[in-house]
Amino acid sequence: MLKFTPDHEWLRADGDEIVVGITAHASEQLGDVVFIELPEEGREVEAGEEIVVIESVKAASDIVAPIAGTITAVNSAVADTPGAVNDDAMAAWFFRIKPTEPGAMDAFMDEAAYQALIG
Amino acid sequence: MTDDLRRTPLYDLHLALGARMVPFAGWEMPVQYPMGVLAEHLHTRAAAGLFDVSHMGQVILRGPDAAQALERLVPADIMGLPQGRQRYGLFTNDSGGVLDDLMIANKGDHLLLVVNAANAAQDAAHMIAAALAPEVVTDRALLALQGPRAEAALAALVPGAADLRFMDSADLPWDGGTLWVSRSGYTGEDGFEISVRADRAEDFARALLAQEGVAPIGLGARDSLRLEAGLPLYGHDMDADTTPAEAGLGWSIPKLRRTGGEREGGFPGAEVILPELGRATRVRRGLRPEGRAPMREGVALFAAAEGGESIGTVSSGGFGPSVAAPVAMAVLPAELAEGATVYAELRGKRLPARIAPMPFVIPTYKR
Repeated sequence: MLKFTPDHEWLRADGDEIVVGITAHASEQLGDVVFIELPEEGREVEAGEEIVVIESVKAASDIVAPIAGTITAVNSAVADTPGAVNDDAMAAWFFRIKPTEPGAMDAFMDEAAYQALIG
Repeated sequence: MTDDLRRTPLYDLHLALGARMVPFAGWEMPVQYPMGVLAEHLHTRAAAGLFDVSHMGQVILRGPDAAQALERLVPADIMGLPQGRQRYGLFTNDSGGVLDDLMIANKGDHLLLVVNAANAAQDAAHMIAAALAPEVVTDRALLALQGPRAEAALAALVPGAADLRFMDSADLPWDGGTLWVSRSGYTGEDGFEISVRADRAEDFARALLAQEGVAPIGLGARDSLRLEAGLPLYGHDMDADTTPAEAGLGWSIPKLRRTGGEREGGFPGAEVILPELGRATRVRRGLRPEGRAPMREGVALFAAAEGGESIGTVSSGGFGPSVAAPVAMAVLPAELAEGATVYAELRGKRLPARIAPMPFVIPTYKR
């Protein structure tokens, strides 16, 4: 299952965990990404909590936790080569989260709804 | 975009080239093209970048006394500026601050000034108040061609360009018209700034873009290029509350305008500016953050990892694509040694940065 948030994050279900990244649309809007700071593994986060810092050549932005849960893994490779987000946003995942509540991602947009949102 | 933004003669070309347009100093300007800021920056250092800088003010001062009159406002040697040469200078205010920075070229029967877009109207009023008669040029575009391939690209259209040295200025013919060409720029690269009649600007820009290695470059890369080159930006790295010495621009004031010099003082704020030269307590310094996090304008700097008062604020900063690391500038206590560590407060954490020499890249000017 693949879902999208209004904050331009993508969520992909993988077993009982969810893999999170930002969309190609978001990476285009940000421009060349030059710095990413990821949360610590094991951290418990609330939905809406700012947990990733992403900086492009233009500006700094925060990425929020789309759902409450526990960070189970982070993609240190993307922090080492932030430009990977511009190269392939759907492959450049940021973190894996184990949701506090099963089914937490169900309410988000599917791909068609997200495409409609960004026009 | 609002209707009151001004458009340069290259506006249609920017759209045709796929630029993303943004408001800048009252103008609608290209911030980047489809290549993107990072690639545009690297392209300029590797080949050649073409910039539209038509928003900048071009001003003519005529008359035999123009140089003498301008020296009443600018602490530079303008009377001694040879014909065909260009020089950097500062408009200062009565309290010793910087009103604007500018280029001044001696074109024989007149001086040609290039001033910042945001300050152009204020500069003209400042000159008129000092009984100068500035003629603001309204019918010409200004382009910058920068990078190692700039000379070959321009010389293919304008053969005389290759004969110019750094900070030379000349009128050169192109396609039945006259270009005002100087060998200068704002990137740390060899290159040219070229004033062309507005109605020929697009043809000229297209002719340059057709040359090997020339790509259009937006304001985003212009900013990261000048930052790496250690060049200050008015309104950020200096302003009306920053003295020339604090801005690290004391070098632009020659001996003959300093205390004891042949034409000592005689410009606004001289009594503040001259005694401070060489002994400012605060001065603009380069910073190399130790981690990968960019330290941007407005970030507070501290002497220690914990506690203490702020010792300054980042005035310009970001990722330096050619340095492949973040770089920044800030006005800081002069006693801080090169290599000393200061701490930037980012998102509640204090991260170390070293005081570093500028420029952050080696300039390639053809002297």
